[in-house]
Amino acid sequence: MSPPAKGLSEFVAEANEILDLLGRDLLVLDEQRRSELDPDLVNRIFRGAHSLKGLSGMFGQDAMADLAHAAEEVLDRLRLGKIEPSAPVVDSLVEALDALQALLSEASREGHEGRSAERAKLLANRLSSLASFGPPPSSDELDEIGLPAQIRAVFTEYEEHRLKENVRKGVPLWRVRAAFDLTDFDVGLAKVNDALKPLGEVISTLPSAEPGAGSGIAFDLIFGSKSAAERIHQALIELPAKLAPLSGQPAPAPSPVAEEKAAAEPARKPATTKRHRVSVRPRRPTEAPPPARVELPRLHAEEGPTPTERREPDLSLRSLTQTVRVDIRRLDSLMNAVGELLLIRANVQRLAESALAAGAHAVSKLWGQELSRECRALERKLDELQTGILDARMVPLGQVFDKLARLVRRLAREAGKELDFAVSGGEVELDKLIVEELSDPLMHIIRNAIDHGVELPDERAEHGKPRRGTVSLRAEQRGNHVVIEVSDDGSGLDESRIRQVAVQRGLVVADQAQEMNRRELQNLIFLPGFSTARSVSAISGRGVGLDVVKTNIANLSGIIDVSSEAGRGTTLTLTLPVTLAIIRALMVSVSDRTYAVPLNSVLEIVSVEGSEIRTVERREVFSLRGRTLPFMRLARLFALPERPLSRHFVVVVGLAQERLGLAVDELIGQQDIVIKPLGGKLRHIPGIAGATDLGNRRTVLVLDIGALMEEVISPERRAEFI
Amino acid sequence: MGSKVLIVEDSKATREFIAATVESVPGVEAYPTASGLEALKLLPRHRFDLIITDINMPDINGLELIHFVKGNPSYRDTPLFVITTEGREQDRDKGMALGAAEYLVKPFQPHSLEALLRRYLRIA
Repeated sequence: MSPPAKGLSEFVAEANEILDLLGRDLLVLDEQRRSELDPDLVNRIFRGAHSLKGLSGMFGQDAMADLAHAAEEVLDRLRLGKIEPSAPVVDSLVEALDALQALLSEASREGHEGRSAERAKLLANRLSSLASFGPPPSSDELDEIGLPAQIRAVFTEYEEHRLKENVRKGVPLWRVRAAFDLTDFDVGLAKVNDALKPLGEVISTLPSAEPGAGSGIAFDLIFGSKSAAERIHQALIELPAKLAPLSGQPAPAPSPVAEEKAAAEPARKPATTKRHRVSVRPRRPTEAPPPARVELPRLHAEEGPTPTERREPDLSLRSLTQTVRVDIRRLDSLMNAVGELLLIRANVQRLAESALAAGAHAVSKLWGQELSRECRALERKLDELQTGILDARMVPLGQVFDKLARLVRRLAREAGKELDFAVSGGEVELDKLIVEELSDPLMHIIRNAIDHGVELPDERAEHGKPRRGTVSLRAEQRGNHVVIEVSDDGSGLDESRIRQVAVQRGLVVADQAQEMNRRELQNLIFLPGFSTARSVSAISGRGVGLDVVKTNIANLSGIIDVSSEAGRGTTLTLTLPVTLAIIRALMVSVSDRTYAVPLNSVLEIVSVEGSEIRTVERREVFSLRGRTLPFMRLARLFALPERPLSRHFVVVVGLAQERLGLAVDELIGQQDIVIKPLGGKLRHIPGIAGATDLGNRRTVLVLDIGALMEEVISPERRAEFI
Repeated sequence: MGSKVLIVEDSKATREFIAATVESVPGVEAYPTASGLEALKLLPRHRFDLIITDINMPDINGLELIHFVKGNPSYRDTPLFVITTEGREQDRDKGMALGAAEYLVKPFQPHSLEALLRRYLRIA
């Protein structure tokens, strides 16, 4: 029996997790490169590569295992201080990560090993040569401190190295003995670790082999710290832990100098690994720890705390994590089930209403009322269920941002540009599907910013700008939408050149190009076939234009906008819905056909007299509180017979800063709908986002507000009219 | 009475692979745990016939776990296998020095683990 094929998805999921974590940690490592490395960080990266090697090997992914092995060797040398974290070392590790990612996605498709395998082999060779550098092993400092052999036997090579490092730097070593009750020792141990970590390095945690009293368990934490004994004591005062110098070491005298130094040093903070990491830069706490109170603790006077009496050994088998991984398709099918439940609820509601309407019979009226009440209760619960499932689908944008940060590093290097990548809003959550679909468009936009936006260092200097450019990626939630901005501080869009190219390629006529305002002009870059790049570089020359980016964003019911200032830089703004799955819609009718308007883009509904409608530049407009809004007759748009009405119901919709009035015949009401994509030829009808089933087995079309806005504002459309 | 095998391995996919291999031997029950700490919680609750542990793990590592097991009269006679990966010979040797009975090098084939299990659990 070889590892079961059904295990493949498990393997891919776990390998992905490891790679994500590695990616984040490598970025932090790169930041720390020039200062002192956090040993915990380096060790965690090593462990990641190590786990990945073992895992890949077990699942027959030899190419991955080999590359992970090569990376592990380099990381092992790095954590043992045998090589320096030079730029080539870190670059190669980042590249190895990319290659591993590529191999993993090949593996997940169960395809043959392709180009990625060759690249991986080359990389593995490069890593091996990097690992072979380095000074000879240092002398054995541990012999000198007279560590008990039985303790030394338990240290892994790495722990031994950390111990030596501490000895070499003259950091006093301590043994912290902590005793806990068996039922909650993991919690207690975590508290002790939290108390110690700001003061130094916990090198090893040994469960004490000495049989403890009763049901307790004791641990010896080997701890290196320059802090004074009192300070460490202070940190442990509330905890069941005793401090003693590690045997063989001279008891360190409390030294106020060392104490102050330790306090002034920014605490080594292990890079945060929680999923809501916002910034690529690790933030270091700079505030000094609170001053130690002068209160001499009793050093050896008290017994180790006796664990509280034995509780029933229950619940302790709980695993230490509370997360489950779920295939998104399972959530999809749950979501479909909810959608169907909503339909059933609507049917029951209708039955209740007809029972109520059959008012002659008092009994049926009573039933109708009961049924109505139950329906409302059902609706509330379904609401909760729906929200719960939607929440479960949400993932932080940081997942994509981290990958982009790695890419930026490489692209900037290839393009010979110096730049900082500032990221914020990685904690903003979006539907998993949207996040997945965003990575390509964002990658493209960022490529553009690096390739065409940010200038070369010398050129920047000539213009009086700092040599290092900045590309920033910001996300922010605004109501039901998430706004993502990519900006650079580069040269900005060349408007005269945009005008020239647009006319040359027949996208607009010359007069039109002259009349356009700045924003309209800049938005021409999203037209198919438009590209002002004078040279095709490795970075952007992939044959994909911004029009494709725009289409991708539009497929997510989002819109994209550009604003740029010559010499100052360019900002692209993406506005996206938080989720695609279920939306609340306003049902309207036009010529006896029903359409659904997503409620999150509906701003208000007004009534407009026929006489209030004017025509400006061949477009119908009306005024709303002093602002002129385009007036769009849905009937005309969909080529339906128009009713002669003297008053129109106008649904005012908005996305980002755009506003549009949609003229409809009737307003039907609000309803939750599950949008289903249209297939075949219907897929690309402009203005239609999809279809939905209504309770009474009717299918209605859902309007795509973003696309309708485009219809109105797009210069392309205007070109057609002329 | 069946045999109980404690598995300590932080990689979920590998852990499940080992557990599946262990349970493929008739009459053997697997108790998979994801960390040294989880293993310490489980140890006093069962009489294990065998322990299989990875070395490189967060919190309590494999060597520390072996040290604990071998130093404790209640567990010291329980045979223990360490799982290592190639390249970490020094840690493996330490594991053996601390009293591990056997070691397995990842990637290993299920049948090699199965053979060891049968030998130590005395299953024909």
